[in-house]
Amino acid sequence: MSDITASGEALPSGKNVRELVHQSLGRRHRQETIFKSMGLVAILVALGFVAILFSIMLTKGLPAFWQANLHTQVYFDPDIIKGGPRPVQEAGQSDADYRQQDLAWQRQVTLSNWNAIVEQTVRDVAPDTDAEKRDILAIITSSARFKLRDMYVEDPSLLGQTVPVTLLASADADNWVKGKLARDLPDERQQLSRSSRDLADQLLADGDITFDFATHIFTNVDSRSAPASAGLAGAFMGSLYMMMVVIVLAVPIGVASAVYLEEFAPKNRWTDLIEVNINNLAAVPSIVFGLLGAAVFINYFGLPRSAPLVGGLVLTLMTLPTIIIATRSSLRAVPPSLRQAALGLGASRNQTVFHHVLPLTFPGILTATIIGVAQALGETAPLLLIGMNAFIANIPASPLDSATALPVQIYLWQANENRHFFEARTSAAIIVLLGLMIVLNAIAIVLRTRLEKRR
Amino acid sequence: MNALFIAALLLVLLGLSYQMGWSRSKKLAAAEGESMHSRPVYHGAFVAIWALLPALVVFGLWALFARSASDNYIISQLPPETSSLAQGEVTSAIQRVKSIASGFGVVGQADPVEAKAAEAYNQFRTLITLGVLAAAAGMGLLGLLWARSRIAKRFRARNEVELAIRIGLIACSAIAILTTLGIALSLIADALQFFSFVQPLDFFFGTSWNPRFQSTGSDAVGEYGLLPLLWGTIMVSGIAMLVAIPVGLMSAIYLSQYADYRVRNVVKPIIEVLAGIPTIVYGFFALVTVGPFLSSAGDLIGIDIRATSALTAGVVMGIMIIPFISSLSEDILHQVPNAMRDGSLGLGATKSETIVNVLVPAALPGIVGAVLLATSRAIGETMIVVLAAGNSPVLRLNPAEPVSTVTVTIVNQLTGDADFTSPQSLVAFALGLTLFAMTLLLNVVALYIVRRFREQYE
Repeated sequence: MSDITASGEALPSGKNVRELVHQSLGRRHRQETIFKSMGLVAILVALGFVAILFSIMLTKGLPAFWQANLHTQVYFDPDIIKGGPRPVQEAGQSDADYRQQDLAWQRQVTLSNWNAIVEQTVRDVAPDTDAEKRDILAIITSSARFKLRDMYVEDPSLLGQTVPVTLLASADADNWVKGKLARDLPDERQQLSRSSRDLADQLLADGDITFDFATHIFTNVDSRSAPASAGLAGAFMGSLYMMMVVIVLAVPIGVASAVYLEEFAPKNRWTDLIEVNINNLAAVPSIVFGLLGAAVFINYFGLPRSAPLVGGLVLTLMTLPTIIIATRSSLRAVPPSLRQAALGLGASRNQTVFHHVLPLTFPGILTATIIGVAQALGETAPLLLIGMNAFIANIPASPLDSATALPVQIYLWQANENRHFFEARTSAAIIVLLGLMIVLNAIAIVLRTRLEKRR
Repeated sequence: MNALFIAALLLVLLGLSYQMGWSRSKKLAAAEGESMHSRPVYHGAFVAIWALLPALVVFGLWALFARSASDNYIISQLPPETSSLAQGEVTSAIQRVKSIASGFGVVGQADPVEAKAAEAYNQFRTLITLGVLAAAAGMGLLGLLWARSRIAKRFRARNEVELAIRIGLIACSAIAILTTLGIALSLIADALQFFSFVQPLDFFFGTSWNPRFQSTGSDAVGEYGLLPLLWGTIMVSGIAMLVAIPVGLMSAIYLSQYADYRVRNVVKPIIEVLAGIPTIVYGFFALVTVGPFLSSAGDLIGIDIRATSALTAGVVMGIMIIPFISSLSEDILHQVPNAMRDGSLGLGATKSETIVNVLVPAALPGIVGAVLLATSRAIGETMIVVLAAGNSPVLRLNPAEPVSTVTVTIVNQLTGDADFTSPQSLVAFALGLTLFAMTLLLNVVALYIVRRFREQYE
């Protein structure tokens, strides 16, 4: 071929190769441009997805961090609050008896007509409203009466006094004053009655309702009766316990198996099997680990359902392969000359590994840990199967209490019927979850660069 | 028993035994006038291992049997007719005695029998606690003394300690095997139980999915045809691959062959962010954004697309999978020897011709492996499909209609109730077994192909 080209001899078609090549060059270069731009388009598509996803979550979720609050005065009316003075523990009374007596008093207090107090509180700032009691209560979150009751139980001397108070607006009222509901819908399709809507508008115009940063998203637990005050604290604690279990179990076990497989294991059938097995476990769907947890930890060992301990165990098994594989690759990156030098100076294999090789892989292990924890933090499906999607109304005090987790809370909130309110709430929870992941990864990157610089 | 107290005991034992081994070794070395086989730290560690191990065994046994032992003791203290009561009443009787014993008291007046039982129980507990502590400490001391007595000039403490460490390491790597075994055994056991209700043939080849809930009919079993779910799974993951393969592969090619390294260093991590986003976030994204968007886009061109459909779930799953395909393919393209690329370019081929005719064919096995791995990921993906596929287990060809998949059905059947006896919840394990088998097959084939490919160019 090259001979022909060089000599410029004619081909059977009557043209020489040079001409042929020149003729086709335009087409080939066009193809080149097309191919290259296809690659560029693919990149842009992928980047575009990242941008769209983040911008949608931010635009939907950020407004949920500011919620409508009503600032007013509350009068603890002695005519309404029942129960009398709080009982005192007498000498010789058993704790159980006193607890029962105190609970009976609290029950009496709770049975008081707190809604009447809430109503009066709202009427104080809007005296000329034509709204009825029902309409007034509809714009205040239903947990307001518990808030007032708790204030009173905490400090019974409030009886007969007037103190300033901030009441959270209900989810419907929040939607309305944020303008998320169409204002021209007919009455029967509105969540709030006409007088409730007018009252909310009036309070907003008077400056009694303001938008304050919703700290209760971080301090409250989930709530069904009062969706406006639902928060992430319970889910956060559940996730925290699970991550603690994962770090305590998965990291030592994962590093130990990686060290064994990479540094000590003889190359034989058995270690081959472990190797294939670990690679395969890394690709087993997470939901299968959930089935394992349900069948083994809950059904066979009888561990409690919905407990972060069980969730943590399932997530540990799930993240182990990730940590093992990442640790192995960082062990492999340690130059063999280092091992040979240590062995040559008379160190045993254990000493070589633990004194010289492993310290060098510390940044790698750290990264592996954080990748594993981030993966575990975002996992939802296996947790649904071990009952962590139960509605839990208090913050878990130990890893054995029922709890839920951040991603599961997102799952529960997106299914809430009050779409207008919970779409934003869910996005807010997603922002918190993604924020945690970004923080984790940022920590990993910072620590790694620092540790690597030191060497 | 107080966990702090146990921890303190173990710590004391650890410190004491380590110190004793260490000082004994030092003393011997000084007396003999020449060096020992092992350094003092190894003697210390050796003694510590032998002191802690027996103590831990004692505590482990106690932890296993403590609860049943104390319950049995309380029952033996209560009148004999208590043990013949229903399970719940026995438990509450035991609970009453325990709360009297703890000093918290019960509501109302405690029964004299109960008070007596509580007193006896308190004594029993003190006794047992002391006994266990003494046993643990005694066993620990025995181990300590035995280990200490073995220390001699020629004693190879380092080898022993290293052996113990080695055993610990092996035990840790066996956990991975145990996990696989656990998955396989538990799935098979529960699936077999399910097949005692439903014929395997009806399950694997049934075309109708309708598991009635037990409340609707006393012994209604329902229909459990796998095919609608399997078809849903295949359709959703097929759509996902249609999105992910072109975008992922072309990005990999562009990044590895065309892009400046500075561009690459910025773009690659951003694309990999897609892999780190929790799947529930994708699910929500599909539900509130992609679904309505596809639906209104369908309206524009006159096609009826449901907001929650196989298409919605598939497209979003495809986005999720892009980084898997792109980073795996990029690695694989890097492994094709440069000589092949340079040869093609040297013969006058354009870059795109080199890529299409030389690089991709050479890397094809690896790319196929990557695609298979990504497919297995798509098949096992749960949350996106739970939220966005519409959950309708009917055999339909139209991807714009809602579907259900194997994973969604596992979640639906096993969420909520905890009973492992009805076919309605056991079917989750049969489905899980099917899923596990499918992904296992894909993974093993894919890993084999990728491995062969790597060896080819190494």
